[in-house]
Amino acid sequence: MSGGVNTSAIFRAIFMRDVRLAWSQGGTGTMALSFFLIAVTLFPFGVGPEPQTLARIAAGVIWVVALLACLLSLDRLYQADYEDGSLDDLALSPLGLTGVAAAKILAHWVATILPLVALSPILGMLMNLDAGAYGMLVLSLLVGTPALSLIGSVGAALTVSVRRGGVLMSLLVLPLYVPTLIFGVGAIDAAAGMTDPLPHLAFLGAVTLVALVIGPIASAAALKLSLE
Amino acid sequence: MHRFANPAEFNRLADAILPWAKIIMAAAFAYGLYLALFTSPPDYQQGESVRIMYVHVPAAWMSMFTYMVVAAASFTALVWRHPVALLAGKAAAPIGATFTALALITGMLWGKPMWGTYWVWDGRLTSVLVLFFLYLGYMALWRGLDEEDKAGRAASILALVGVVNIPIIKFSVDWWNTLHQPSSVMRMDGPTMPAEMLWPLLTVALAFKAYFIVVFLYRMKLEINLRKLTVLSSIEARG
Repeated sequence: MSGGVNTSAIFRAIFMRDVRLAWSQGGTGTMALSFFLIAVTLFPFGVGPEPQTLARIAAGVIWVVALLACLLSLDRLYQADYEDGSLDDLALSPLGLTGVAAAKILAHWVATILPLVALSPILGMLMNLDAGAYGMLVLSLLVGTPALSLIGSVGAALTVSVRRGGVLMSLLVLPLYVPTLIFGVGAIDAAAGMTDPLPHLAFLGAVTLVALVIGPIASAAALKLSLE
Repeated sequence: MHRFANPAEFNRLADAILPWAKIIMAAAFAYGLYLALFTSPPDYQQGESVRIMYVHVPAAWMSMFTYMVVAAASFTALVWRHPVALLAGKAAAPIGATFTALALITGMLWGKPMWGTYWVWDGRLTSVLVLFFLYLGYMALWRGLDEEDKAGRAASILALVGVVNIPIIKFSVDWWNTLHQPSSVMRMDGPTMPAEMLWPLLTVALAFKAYFIVVFLYRMKLEINLRKLTVLSSIEARG
């Protein structure tokens, strides 16, 4: 029976469903994008409009806000499916919970985070980012943000049955985001300071790869717990 | 190990260890504090304030050690469904968080005379701070879920994800620090330590470890008795 089932078709179906949901009304896609834009523009009001000050903190601000946007949008990655019972159905699919988690994480990254990455040069402009660092801004976000989705998914899965799990989830996940933030900002600062950003980028990629190994498995284990 | 999955068996073991652990704790504290406060020499650079080290360094060691205990307990609990191991993580975590807070506070008190400020974004301080956050998350997750057993296993998954991340966090924070603050921060592991300082340090460290064992075993017994109480009262309620 299982021979007839095409697991990659199931993976694609879950992926497409989540992408569509993210961009339907009330989905996380537009909200995360708006949050990203608005939260970054708050910083010049807070620290003052001097171009030098903004340039110095641009990389850090954009990364931190991207991280928070990711966290906010991950809040209900599994919760809606858990509440309406579709997670029970998904758990029975031949893909297994690990595959389901992987599909949902990928959908989150593509639908919610990739638009932020695409928008980031405009925010770099608003924050007076050093002219030589735009390419590295996009590249470091591309390499680093998958780790945010992957690690955040574990937090979302652990708190899936907690009614207001968002705050608890950020408490669990934020400490684990520290390495990604450090290497991501490090790469941009290196590019802006005319030094070699490659070591930062390599470590950033390494963190993402570790998260790729841990994220879906730990998420599946946590989801299985809440479905018992 | 499975023998100690039986709570009664565990309680018997704990009662056998406790008196010895208490004796070692009392003796090591008395001797270690005497050495640290009276016989050890003041540092040629840091003066008397170097004595903070005899609390600070053992507390920092214990903060790491206890996280390893929590992680090992979590692993055992998840892999073998070991009920006592689940409670071991719960019992150890607040002790570890307290040691971590103690390491941070003594570090700040030490930093004021040495660096002229309570807080420096030094690599070590920062990674201990992140470790403190990991403890908080673990403890919050235990409280966050209603069902005790599920809460424990969820927290165990988190502890294991955390233990994989600790070396990465440590490394990244060191890396970040060297970029943003080229040296200037005095490192306590610079010169090799003379014997009259190393000896009190190790004695206090032993005292801390014995203290951990005493408090840990009492907390374990408490958790086991609480479970027993819940079971008994639910039996009674059913009549």
